[in-house]
Amino acid sequence: MADWKSEVEEVVFPGKICVPYSWTVGSTLSRWYVQLRDDGEIWANRCPSCGTVYVPPKIKCIKCYKDMNDWVKLPGTGTIETFTVVNKERPGLDPKKPPFVYAVIKMDGADTGMVHLIGGVEPEKVKVGMRVAPVLEKERDGHITDIKHFKPIA
Amino acid sequence: MGKRVGIVGVGQTHHASHRLDASGVEVIAEAVTRCLDDAQTTLDAVDAIIIGNMDHFENINYVDMWAVDGLGGCMKPVFKVTTGGTTGTTVGAAAYYSAASGMFDTVMAVGWEKNSESDTQAAIATCANPVLERDPFAGAIGPLATEYSMYMKAYGATEEDAAIVAARDRNNALNNPYAHNRMHVTVEDVMNSPMLSYPVKFLDMCPRSDGACAVIFAVEEKAKKMCDRPAWIHASVVRHDYTHFGDLEWQWMPTLERATLQAYKYAGITNPVKEFDVAELYQPCSTTGVKWLDSMWFCERGQGPKLIRSGATHMDGIIPINPSGGVVATNPIGATALIRVAEAAWQIMGRAGDRQIPNVKKALATGFGGCSWSDVFVLGADLP
Repeated sequence: MADWKSEVEEVVFPGKICVPYSWTVGSTLSRWYVQLRDDGEIWANRCPSCGTVYVPPKIKCIKCYKDMNDWVKLPGTGTIETFTVVNKERPGLDPKKPPFVYAVIKMDGADTGMVHLIGGVEPEKVKVGMRVAPVLEKERDGHITDIKHFKPIA
Repeated sequence: MGKRVGIVGVGQTHHASHRLDASGVEVIAEAVTRCLDDAQTTLDAVDAIIIGNMDHFENINYVDMWAVDGLGGCMKPVFKVTTGGTTGTTVGAAAYYSAASGMFDTVMAVGWEKNSESDTQAAIATCANPVLERDPFAGAIGPLATEYSMYMKAYGATEEDAAIVAARDRNNALNNPYAHNRMHVTVEDVMNSPMLSYPVKFLDMCPRSDGACAVIFAVEEKAKKMCDRPAWIHASVVRHDYTHFGDLEWQWMPTLERATLQAYKYAGITNPVKEFDVAELYQPCSTTGVKWLDSMWFCERGQGPKLIRSGATHMDGIIPINPSGGVVATNPIGATALIRVAEAAWQIMGRAGDRQIPNVKKALATGFGGCSWSDVFVLGADLP
């Protein structure tokens, strides 16, 4: 393998096809995003059979496969279940310049964790079990980044 | 041959160019829910799930992971299968083989696509070899146009022959509430529609759609309990061949010849035109509705046009083809071939509504994809 360059000329073609992708949010999540955008509220939906409360909302209960038409408004506060500090930049992937913190947040009033950024605090001060609340953008367009980040609360 | 297996329930979405009301997960849920309703059962009765689509159409990998709430796959064995255009029949075949093997009693096959979420032609071109054939030959329309040109030259088939097929399928779709394109079309309309790649015109060619389909396969003892008239699987055959366009036989289709020959052997079919009561065929362009009849042993080579002109394949003919409107009316690609199986099953089960052919005992369904790959299902009202 060491001397393959003497036997094989490097020939590499660059791709020309650029496929533009878009994703339909759908009836369940569009309702969730509209509530976030217009009212600045985080809602969840609850299984009518087993009572599990999901945030972000589910199309069907993953355990019971029931329709999820029972909506509940959450206070927005939650607790950090686990997190990491991103230090190395991944070009084109990161939501902001490192270092930053992303975390799984167990939302009050829901049975599931929600993933988002932790801000308004030095990364080294973030702890598991820390209580947090969302910081919303003033101009919201119905996107997950309408929540700027979650920040520690007393 | 494994255990005897029957289809006990079928569900499909209302297909459309842009299902902007529903995410990919939601179209999957729509098909699964309708399938469970059709089978009058719940997910508890489903032992395993096979799902398929083509990732390059939506740029989301792992549908078996992110769609699990819509699919109902939580804590079940879920397998993903992708084989290009044949994906729908291959998920069906994999579901059938899984049940026939004795490993699972009841297996659900799900095919879906949200083709509105990308540029279908650009995405489909990525199936061609990137360093040899992608620039000079890729895409769906060109190769189909090229093969019909050869068939026209060899056997005297005409553009009108293809237009008869396009008008037949598009008008059949008027009877199918799930179809994407539902419009009355004459042979003249097809002939007058814009030329895409000679001899293929706009109304000859399939659309690309958003939609999903689900089918439940159950082993004999379960199927008899779940359904009073299951569609029994008499044969399910898959054939692939060379990958480069230049390797192919263009005058006829060897994979379809071999797959149907094997399927007819399994199912004891000796005269397909007489013995089948209906056929739901993956014919992505009306030209293939003429040319591929030869390769399914419906006629001698070159006699496809004669069969089409005779009216034998229309709703009142001896072998109605595509009562649903077929692929030129509806094409959510990863679901398209499974819809053929689903429609054929509904014809056997007597659940095909306004497009029902009376008293269907034997039905043929096909899938087409990859580089001229063929899948074949033979379904029957009687146990194989």
